[in-house]
Amino acid sequence: MSTAVIHYIDQPHPVTGVTNSKLGVWLFIASEVMLFGALFSSYIVLRIGDPAWPHGWTILNVPLATLNTMILITSSVTMVMSWASLMMNRFDRFRLYMILTILLGLGFMVVKGFEYAHKFEHGHFPRTDNFYGIYFTLTGLHGLHVLGGILVNFYFLVTGKSLWTKSPKMFAGRIEAAGLYWHFVDLVWIFLFPSIYLL
Amino acid sequence: MSEHHELGFIRKYVFSVDHKVIGIQYAITGLLFLLFGFCLMMIMRWQLAYPGEALPLVASWLEHSNKMPGGVMGPDLYNAFGAMHGTIMVFLGVVPLAVGGFGNYLVPLQIGAPDMAFPKLNAASYWSYFVGGVIMLGSFFLPEGPAQSGWTSYPPLSNLAGTGQTFWLVGMIYLVASSLLGSVNFLVTIIQLRAKGLSFFRMPFFVWAQFVTAFLLLLAFPPLQAAAVFQLMDRVVGTSFFLPSGLVVGGTPLAVAGGGNPILWQHLFWFLAHPEVYVLILPAIGLVTEVIVNNTRKPLYGYKTMVYSLLFLGFMSFVVWAHHMFMTGMGTTMSNFFQATTMIISIPSVILLSCLIITLWGGSIRYTLPMHFALAFLPMFAIGGLTGLPLGLAAADIYLHDTYYVIGHFHYVVAPGTLFALFAGIYHWYPKATGRMMNQVLGKLHFWISFLAINGIFMPMFIQGFAGVSRRLAIPNFYAHSEAVQGTNVFMSISAWILGAAQLLFIINFFMSMKTGKKATDNPWDATTLEWATPTPPPHGNFLQEPVVHRGPYEYSVPGKATDYIPQQVS
Repeated sequence: MSTAVIHYIDQPHPVTGVTNSKLGVWLFIASEVMLFGALFSSYIVLRIGDPAWPHGWTILNVPLATLNTMILITSSVTMVMSWASLMMNRFDRFRLYMILTILLGLGFMVVKGFEYAHKFEHGHFPRTDNFYGIYFTLTGLHGLHVLGGILVNFYFLVTGKSLWTKSPKMFAGRIEAAGLYWHFVDLVWIFLFPSIYLL
Repeated sequence: MSEHHELGFIRKYVFSVDHKVIGIQYAITGLLFLLFGFCLMMIMRWQLAYPGEALPLVASWLEHSNKMPGGVMGPDLYNAFGAMHGTIMVFLGVVPLAVGGFGNYLVPLQIGAPDMAFPKLNAASYWSYFVGGVIMLGSFFLPEGPAQSGWTSYPPLSNLAGTGQTFWLVGMIYLVASSLLGSVNFLVTIIQLRAKGLSFFRMPFFVWAQFVTAFLLLLAFPPLQAAAVFQLMDRVVGTSFFLPSGLVVGGTPLAVAGGGNPILWQHLFWFLAHPEVYVLILPAIGLVTEVIVNNTRKPLYGYKTMVYSLLFLGFMSFVVWAHHMFMTGMGTTMSNFFQATTMIISIPSVILLSCLIITLWGGSIRYTLPMHFALAFLPMFAIGGLTGLPLGLAAADIYLHDTYYVIGHFHYVVAPGTLFALFAGIYHWYPKATGRMMNQVLGKLHFWISFLAINGIFMPMFIQGFAGVSRRLAIPNFYAHSEAVQGTNVFMSISAWILGAAQLLFIINFFMSMKTGKKATDNPWDATTLEWATPTPPPHGNFLQEPVVHRGPYEYSVPGKATDYIPQQVS
């Protein structure tokens, strides 16, 4: 029987300089850029077509969203710290920073939940008008991405120890890939916040 | 992984992570969906040939059916079958067979890799496709039936249609997820896992075709995902992204907020669906190239020109989408832009086809079974492509838009075009996958009957189109001007049923050859590319030792050599 193995799982490819998973995540992010690109473009088309489109800051809670922006940026920092801890061979520190990242992510979702609840209480639903439709759809899809990131991070937090002992390089690679995704989700919010709340 | 243990039946053949098993799963599921989609059309063709008459043979079973009372097909069912025929053929049949099936099976073999870069992701991709397919099929059992707003699902019609449309959207989201996982996997595999010595310009052309296709899938599908989410919101939550203000349906104003833009859907949809056309055709061109080069025993003419054309084609396919929308009143500036890009994109397509035809020139052609289909592909694709040019010019399109001419055009590209290429591929690689050759006599019968019948279906569509017969009409001779060409419908329908009967030959051949076919050697076609350097059928892990590549993909008839082919791994 053959003993063939799939290359470049833990070692970067000598020509491209990346591992398979890192390249895969970059390509996945390219696809996500197209998804959010389409969502933002649709937002522009609908907004231009409606002369009575309201300014976001007159309706939405800007201080709360600013708080959420800070939370998400901080979580990106802790995500990098957790990866950096692995590079310095400090698994305990990795755990600490990963827990912080997850908590900050959950914090973002809780704040978002309060925002949504507040809107629902006042009878503002996605069907109210296209402003609310766009607001709920775009932030909702972004929220799903945050939730996905939290789940991935949680999985690595819980199951990480065994892979770390078996192959530290491979595990660090996975955290790096998860981190790339997490930063991307953060970046989407950096675009969403001004274009929906501040314009 | 180096440790090896025997897997049980379920792990080996059902929930496998081996790219070859997944490829075959994709191929067989895709073929079944193609058969199903074709059956829908064969029933619809009865209605088109004999409008309002009861289906023969089965009418007595359908006496109390609420969908087809007395065996007569009503407009609702006709619309549903039409919408699902398109959806199934494109998203559940051709793409899974061409990309999921052939891509999965051949790409790792042709680049000398043991498997795809992410085997589990590969399995996830197949099962996501499977779930999407089940949801689409499940919608047939809804009380209101499946989606009936056409495969393009234009709002506001689709927004207001029955529950089937919601199933269509949810199914679509699964299919998009599947192709996303697949395309990431293909790209990483091709970029990272090529065998030692296999530089990009030594890759077989089929791998190039899959490479560009994967980019199209990766970048073009997400906008449809976005559009599907918007339409799902419209339908389920009650937003009005695609519903304009003041929409009146059946005399009563709709109780929605309004302010939406139905054209927005068309832009998002065609942003996917035009690259999707190239997703349908590029793997087919890749397959045909492999078969033609192998059977002319000559190097491919203009390999690099073809690769650059392919890359240019892939890029351009993102900027032609609105040539489907000349009738929306988007303005002459927009129309001019998209007419120009459409004319430009025809250039690389013609280069690809010309290179293949010049490859034939001066070759000592072996008329093998796959070669029959590959040769038929060339004129069929040419007809499909050239009839597209008038549709790319707004002035001509305004007359021909939404007539049978359009149906004839894109079916020539996809049916006698892509499908013939896929048949060529099946006949060509069947010996590698099963270890046995397919039956020649049955295969040639299958080819000649299919070739004549398929032209019998689609050629008259151009005549009908010029006569102004609209597509999507459940009663084809509803308008007086269509009555003149109603006779062609009978001819086309009979051709379609003959085509259906001819596919039985293929099905028989497919299963019979597995048991009784002539045993195949590892390299029955004397081919040069790496997949023929594996044992037959290839074991888990593919190659007995890691292959090293020493030469380009198509070194046929090199002067002064003992054989007329030199495989890539020969030093």
